[in-house]
Amino acid sequence: MDISQFMRHSETEWFIEASGRMRVPSVIYATEELVRNMDQKVFEQTTNVAMLPGIVKASYAMPDAHWGYGFPIGGVAAFDPDEGGVVSAGGVGFDVSCGVRTMTTGLIAEEVEPVKSQLADALFRHVPAGVGSRGKIKLSDAELDEMLAGGASWAVGRGYGTPQDLERVEERGRMQGARPEAVSERARNRQREEMGTLGSGNHYCEVQRVADIYDAEIASAFGLRLNEVVISVHCGSRGLGHQIGTEFLKKMTLSAPGYGIELPDRELACAPINSPVGEEYMGAMRAAINCALANRQIITQLIRLAFAEILPQAELKLLYDVSHNTCKVEEHDPGGGRRRLFVHRKGATRAFGPGHPDLPEVFKKTGQPVLIGGTMGTASYILAGTSEGEERSFSSSCHGAGRAMSRHQALKQWKGRGMVDYLAGRGIVIRSPSMRGVAEEAPGAYKDVGAVVDAADRARLSRKIARLEPMVCVKG
Amino acid sequence: MGVRGVGATKEEAFEQAAVALTAVITDPEGVAPSEEIDVECEAPDDELLLAEWLNALIYQVATRRMLFARFEVRFDGSRLSGKAWGESVDVGRHNPAVEVKGATYTQLKVARDKTGAWLAQCVVDV
Repeated sequence: MDISQFMRHSETEWFIEASGRMRVPSVIYATEELVRNMDQKVFEQTTNVAMLPGIVKASYAMPDAHWGYGFPIGGVAAFDPDEGGVVSAGGVGFDVSCGVRTMTTGLIAEEVEPVKSQLADALFRHVPAGVGSRGKIKLSDAELDEMLAGGASWAVGRGYGTPQDLERVEERGRMQGARPEAVSERARNRQREEMGTLGSGNHYCEVQRVADIYDAEIASAFGLRLNEVVISVHCGSRGLGHQIGTEFLKKMTLSAPGYGIELPDRELACAPINSPVGEEYMGAMRAAINCALANRQIITQLIRLAFAEILPQAELKLLYDVSHNTCKVEEHDPGGGRRRLFVHRKGATRAFGPGHPDLPEVFKKTGQPVLIGGTMGTASYILAGTSEGEERSFSSSCHGAGRAMSRHQALKQWKGRGMVDYLAGRGIVIRSPSMRGVAEEAPGAYKDVGAVVDAADRARLSRKIARLEPMVCVKG
Repeated sequence: MGVRGVGATKEEAFEQAAVALTAVITDPEGVAPSEEIDVECEAPDDELLLAEWLNALIYQVATRRMLFARFEVRFDGSRLSGKAWGESVDVGRHNPAVEVKGATYTQLKVARDKTGAWLAQCVVDV
């Protein structure tokens, strides 16, 4: 983008004053280089979001911002229900509560290296991945209702994991206010056989080595030690979430005129928070959050089974589970006192800082872990929420690097088989049911996540704590 | 990922957009049109109707675990009556690369160009 479109407030703050139909300014947090490399749609979309009714303080974009459906990916916006604030399906995304969960193992890299291939095979066997894969459990209607209301908590009740796991999940594993009755028959049908599946595209289960530590004290509190092995899972609410996103996009588009909402862009379909459609969406979206949390909880247990076969001495303990496509009701002070706001984070991760009342005791001093996925050939990062983040971005940070080129272009440059061999040569074992999928997910097809994470750190949205390098990657 | 169908008629453009949807997942040439299904949907305008058509197919692909190669579309006001022919997903043979989450309203367009040809397109989320 042309940087002269912005007023630069600091090294990492790019300001667009409210003008025309914008009700609030837009702020992009990024370094100059990142801003220059962003597509122009980021400007357009973040300023469109600033036009929505009831938006509070500013429309934000994170360092990994790129064009999305209505909201930019990496977009953060909070709305006040008492000011006619809206909720937008596009502000959450098609993969509701897509997120990352990381577990420590207590193993060091040297214990895993000799059995990498066997571990990869075991994970591939235990965790259903890829198009057309089926989950190992099929839910009845009544069980679906329980899952949609209970989330990871329901899954633990069914024998997937332990109550200790739940302390290390946002919302303690259960999103309050879910309304299973707002979830359609079609959404349920898409999910029945998909519980505990990884999905495809950029979803993965990765075994990683802690390669670098940037803050020893916080890393220690997180249980991260240099050269130890962790596992991260990246996936979301599967077919159920996608169907909910699809259905409410249409519902909100059709209902907007009746609510007196003039959409700057049809993709920004939204409904007043205090309206039947708005309330229905919140209920369905929260149910989808529970679906994603339950899904990752089931996958966690499947991963434990895989490890038990190959490395029985491993003890897989959750570090944290974070989501990056949600709308959550939180208390913030945007100036003038604390208010209840509906905070949309689309391809952005919540990053509560030290002292936040919602955090488990273990993170009260450090701020929460923020888990940032890289590609299967590059590093991933663990960050921590900051106190400054509250004022800067409603406690939000980035979520990943974003694509640097389309899937189509990636296929022209890389072949899956070659990519698998190349990564094997670098010591990274890949398992995937789709070679084309591997090519589309080539590390070179993504932007530099290191630059994104550095920018988030410099903008004080979250602090760099550790860098992880891939050893084994199972992708769908 | 964008899908686009072009045709002499609006029906053909919609049918071709559906072929493009399959191409996101696998080579349509490799999908046998053995089983027929019916698809019905409606929407207040052509563009929303395209999104509905594609979303209806995405739903069928997801729940039947099938892929579709051939399509037939008929319009009746705001309603679309369609047929799709395909077969069950065979991971070994079809090598499906990604699953499509839904059709979006990004770059959603149904229009005629200067030559009179019909275009139907949108971006689908994968």
